[in-house]
Amino acid sequence: MTHRNDRLIDVRGLARVEGEGAMHVRVRDGAVTDVRLEIYEPPRFFEAFLRGRRHTEPPDITARICGICPVAYQMSACAAIEDACGVTLPAGLADLRRLLYCGEWIESHVLHIYLLHAPDFLGYPSALHLARDRRDLVERGLALKKAGNDLVEVVGGRAVHPVNVRVGGFYRVPRPGDLAPLRERLRVALDQALDTVRWVAGFDFPDFHHDHEMLALVEPGRYAIERGVVATTGGLSFDVSRFEDHVVEEQVPHSTALHARLAGRGHYLTGPAARYTLSSRWLSPLAREAAAAAGLEDQCRNPYRSIVVRAVETVYAVEEAIRLIDSYEPPPIPAVTVPARAGVGRGATEAPRGTLFHRYELDADGLVTSARIVPPTSQNQAAVEDDLARFVAGRLDLTDEHLTAECEQAIRNYDPCISCATHFLDLHVDRG
Amino acid sequence: MTTLAVWKFASCDGCQLSLLDCEDELLILADRVRIAHFLEASREVLPGPYDVSLVEGSITTPADAARIEEIRAASGILVTLGACATAGGIQALRNNADVAEFASVVYARPDYLDVLATSTPIAAHVDVDYELHGCPIDKGQLLETLAALLAGRKPDLPAHSVCFDCKQRHHVCVVVARGEPCLGPVTRAGCGAICPALGRGCFGCFGPADSPNGAAEAALLRATGMSGEDIQRFYRTFNVSAYGAAAEEAS
Repeated sequence: MTHRNDRLIDVRGLARVEGEGAMHVRVRDGAVTDVRLEIYEPPRFFEAFLRGRRHTEPPDITARICGICPVAYQMSACAAIEDACGVTLPAGLADLRRLLYCGEWIESHVLHIYLLHAPDFLGYPSALHLARDRRDLVERGLALKKAGNDLVEVVGGRAVHPVNVRVGGFYRVPRPGDLAPLRERLRVALDQALDTVRWVAGFDFPDFHHDHEMLALVEPGRYAIERGVVATTGGLSFDVSRFEDHVVEEQVPHSTALHARLAGRGHYLTGPAARYTLSSRWLSPLAREAAAAAGLEDQCRNPYRSIVVRAVETVYAVEEAIRLIDSYEPPPIPAVTVPARAGVGRGATEAPRGTLFHRYELDADGLVTSARIVPPTSQNQAAVEDDLARFVAGRLDLTDEHLTAECEQAIRNYDPCISCATHFLDLHVDRG
Repeated sequence: MTTLAVWKFASCDGCQLSLLDCEDELLILADRVRIAHFLEASREVLPGPYDVSLVEGSITTPADAARIEEIRAASGILVTLGACATAGGIQALRNNADVAEFASVVYARPDYLDVLATSTPIAAHVDVDYELHGCPIDKGQLLETLAALLAGRKPDLPAHSVCFDCKQRHHVCVVVARGEPCLGPVTRAGCGAICPALGRGCFGCFGPADSPNGAAEAALLRATGMSGEDIQRFYRTFNVSAYGAAAEEAS
């Protein structure tokens, strides 16, 4: 319908896919003929109003696309603008970004594991209901989430929409003394994260597998978070600067979120399972051990097991944060200068729920002339619909109510950035 | 038991998330209130009416304009959360622009969309009892508000400017010491003056304080070297419509 080079189809921010959605399933002669996941979230037009802003502004502005993963937006925006301006961050500042990002991985993954996803497996409508029976479990989750939020707060200045991030680095770098109490907290969090892996590994996982191509950033030598090259399980590997050569987006009538596909190849998945499948060998020994004990092989193609992958990544992020704190020396300057210049810059980082791509075009004064944001949820949407079609086909004997609950759980496997993912589905089955 | 409902309109979810970010207080709160509607946290939806409704997000579609009326009718006390709900949020940048042009930048088929030309605060549509400002809100203010409502008293919410908090926290003034532009003098307190603590000027997350002196602020910003256009852009972010008059005066 449309083509990637058609600028009119640029996807806008992720926030639009938060909120309410519906799923339409059409069944004819006992076969599923159509599945549509509709996303209703009103558009907020970030890509439109970024035009005319200074090159220093997108990190603060795009943070507002998502309250759960603002750091991801800030990091991808910074990477893209620094690319446009020809600036590379020194190692100390890059490490500090990675440390901040670890905090977001922890808080976002733990929010999803404990508050959004686990209640499905245990038969509770919410973690608050679960807490009535197992307060200790929910308290453990909240404490672990708090460790992530505290890390974001100390390095980023605020847990939601951090204020310390700027193009070129930070406004102020932490003193080692600021990080010492965090380190103690993270030691405790590491045990809680390992307990979390053991806990979720014991859930009952439906036997369901997909064979989608999977896409994630990879960085040989370590697990990719804030940088890397794009790789897929189908053998593609390309620099972030080539992202738009490989990823095309389409608008569909039934959703305000655009659908992304790999050019000439079709739909694909990004997110924790993709990262794990492409980079499990780069996890820390402890995280790999936890993954193996939890029954994960080197690849993860059962979307229900994504909760285990999230728990393993939480272990990794806690450990990585401790490592970064241990080796931390305050960089001599909090930020490098990023002089404005005309150009195009691209940046991608691994948001908790998958690869997040930004592109900005700047004029000579450093004003943004065009912006493009490709969030993970729009990349995943077509693959999710495909999975749902197969999923529903095997469950047509269920009542609509039961099927709705199962579909909700299935969708939550992908951690779409729908904060109200615990109840966002209005299922219509047309059995005509 | 007091029933609590949480609702979302056009927003990033960050303000409702602040409730889930009350890690130390969440379970205590859940013991004290019946959470009857909170989609971000629970599948369980209990029918109204609700004693207290927390509303996040701004009104940007005809359907949402109707939905907020229903929520108001079903709610005893209605509290709006954050810059989107209290000022239209960053998406109110469309209010000074052509929304059809905006849509055409983002979508190949803008005709698939059904959106209003404006993003408006909740109070532009229904009566609001209390407003929590901020992008995002401060969770301390959220807890204070819930505690007050449970106790049957008015919440204690500041209307003074960030400068007061900044001085109380002994931060060095970023305008005086470093010549950084700062909206602190005209911005409502509540964040804890976190930006000046980092050596960064306030960028107005919490919107205007009561009775801001726009002319004095404009002079201050000009003294840091900002042009009228810079000043306008500075105001035009997360509380663009609330700062509207100040931005116009300054330019």
